[in-house]
Amino acid sequence: MLLIPCPWCGPRDEAEFHYGGQAHVAYPADPGALSDEEWARYLFFRDNPKGSFAERWSHSAGCRRWFNAVRDTATNEIHAVYRVGEPRPVTP
Amino acid sequence: MSPHAPGADLPEHPDRLWSATEPKASYDVVIVGAGGHGLATAYYLAKNHGITNVAVLERGWLAGGNMARNTTIIRSNYLWDESAGIYEHALKLWEGLEEELDYPLLFSQRGVLNLAHSLQDVRDSMRRVEANRLNGVDAEWLDPQQVKEVCPIVNVSPGVRYPVLGGTFQPRAGIAKHDHVAWGLARAAAALGVEFIEHCEVTGLQVRDGRVTGVETTRGTIAAGRVALCAAGHTSVVAATAGIDLPLQSHPLQALVSELLEPVHPTVVMSNAVHVYVSQAHKGELVMGAGIDAANSYRQRGAFHIIEQQMAAALELFPVFARAHVLRTWGGVVDVSPDASPIMGLTPVEGLYLNCGWGTGGFKATPGVGWCFAHTVANDEPHPLNAPFSLDRFVTGALVDEHGAAAVAH
Ligand SMILES: Cc1cc2nc3c(=O)[nH]c(=O)nc-3n(C[C@H](O)[C@H](O)[C@H](O)COP(=O)(O)OP(=O)(O)OC[C@H]3O[C@@H](n4cnc5c(N)ncnc54)[C@H](O)[C@@H]3O)c2cc1C
Ligand SMILES: [Zn+2]
Repeated sequence: MLLIPCPWCGPRDEAEFHYGGQAHVAYPADPGALSDEEWARYLFFRDNPKGSFAERWSHSAGCRRWFNAVRDTATNEIHAVYRVGEPRPVTP
Repeated sequence: MSPHAPGADLPEHPDRLWSATEPKASYDVVIVGAGGHGLATAYYLAKNHGITNVAVLERGWLAGGNMARNTTIIRSNYLWDESAGIYEHALKLWEGLEEELDYPLLFSQRGVLNLAHSLQDVRDSMRRVEANRLNGVDAEWLDPQQVKEVCPIVNVSPGVRYPVLGGTFQPRAGIAKHDHVAWGLARAAAALGVEFIEHCEVTGLQVRDGRVTGVETTRGTIAAGRVALCAAGHTSVVAATAGIDLPLQSHPLQALVSELLEPVHPTVVMSNAVHVYVSQAHKGELVMGAGIDAANSYRQRGAFHIIEQQMAAALELFPVFARAHVLRTWGGVVDVSPDASPIMGLTPVEGLYLNCGWGTGGFKATPGVGWCFAHTVANDEPHPLNAPFSLDRFVTGALVDEHGAAAVAH
C-alpha cells in the first residue's frame, strides 16, 4: 500500500486515490494528420519502465485534484509529486 | 466410512526431473523465461518440430514466476472466435496432457461457474453461452437454484447487495496443479534434449542488420538463431533492449490461500462484478484470487486494500468462509494489453518472437501457447490460432476485446 503525498493535502493512504496512468501524454496537436501507426501509438502505447515513471494520480476521496508523481516501479518509492502543468522534476 | 485425509491422494514429491546446466556458446533457439509458457514452447519445439538445440533461460528458478503464483483456473469460455480458438485448443490438450507427459498434473475438470449479479450481467452471460456453443465450447446458463446445486455454499439469497441472478457453467473447465505442470513439461522437454539455465537473466537482445543474433545475460553472451520471449510481466523491459515498444502495462496481481479445510467447495466460482475467484485446492486450501493494483509496478506484492475488497466479496458470496484463516498471500507481475488479449507472433526484428500480454489469465493457455508458439518459431510464421493475436492489430484495429470474458474486472 502506498503512502502518497498529495501536493495539497499531504501524505494520505493509497486507497484515497485514483490512478491515471502515464503523465505528459498530450492529445495530438493535429489529429487529422495522424497516420494509423501514430493513432495506435497515441491510443494504445504507454511507457512501462522498470524504474522511474512519471504518472498521474487524482486525490478522489480528498481534495479531488489531479497531480503528477515520479515513482520507481521497481521499488514503489515516490521520488516527487508536482502539479499539473509543471515540468517533470529531475529526480535521483 | 473412513475419514479421508486432505491430500492423501496427492502424488509423491518428485525426484530431480531436469538438470540446470552451464550455458553453451550458442543455441538454435533461446527461450527467455522458464514459466509454463517457456517450458511448453520448448517441449513442443522438440516434440512437434524436432528442434532440440534449445535453451530456456530463467532469471530466477524454474517456474518460480507467475507459474508458481497463479490460481490455476483452466477454462475456454471466452467470447470471441479468436479466443475460443486458442483457449479451446489448450483445453483439448489439457485433456490428454497427463497421459502424454506420463506425469500427474492433477488436472481436475470440476467445472467453472461465472456468476451474474445484474440484468446486464445476465444478458452478457447468456450471449457468451450462445457464442461458446457456436464455437463448440461447452457452456450452460444456470439459474440461482441450479447454481446452488452445483456449489451448495454459494449464497443465492436475494437479500444481499449483489444478488446472484444466475451464472454460466463450463463443466469441462477446472484446475490443475501448476508446479506439477511445470515439472511434467520440464521433464519431457529435458528428455528430448532441451537445456534449462537458471539464475540467468537476459539483460539485452543482440540485433544485427534487423536480425536477432543472441542475448546478453548475467552469465555472459549467448548466440541464438532465434529468440522466443516468454518473460510474462517483464516483456516490456526485455523487448525495449531491441528497440521494440509494446502496448503493455505491468501490474501486481495477488492471491491468497486459507488454512486446510475439509472439502466444501466442489467447483470453481468466479464473479466479475464483486471480484473474487475461488476454488479449493486438492489438499484443502481455499485458493482465492484478487484484482490487480491500479498502478503499474514490478513489485511482486500488491496493496492490502485489494485483498480487503476481495475478502469482502468472498464473504458475501460464501458466508461459510467467515471463520477461515488466511495462511499466505502473494503477488505476481502480469502484463496487461489494451484489449485484454495476448500478443503473440513475429516482431519487426527477424528471428525474434513475442508471447506476452496474457495478463491475469495465461495459465489455462499453457499447452496451447506452447503448441502455437513453437509452430510460430519453427516456421517463422504464426500458427493460424495465434495469427489474430499479432502486434499489428493495434494499428489495423482488429482488436480481440475480451475484457468481459476475462471474467473478473481487473
Ligand atoms: C496471482 C495470480 C493468479 C493467476 N491466476 C490465474 C488463473 O487462475 N488462471 C490462469 O489461466 N492464469 C492465471 N494467472 C496468469 C498466469 O499465471 C500467467 O498468465 C502465466 O503464468 C504467464 O505465462 P508463464 O507461465 O510463462 O509466466 P511466468 O511463470 O511468469 O514465466 C515468465 C518467466 O520469465 C522469467 N523472466 C522474466 N524476465 C526475464 C529475463 N529478463 N531473463 C530471464 N528470465 C526472465 C520470470 O522469472 C518467469 O519465471 C494468474 C497470475 C497471478 C499472478
Ligand atoms: Zn489532496
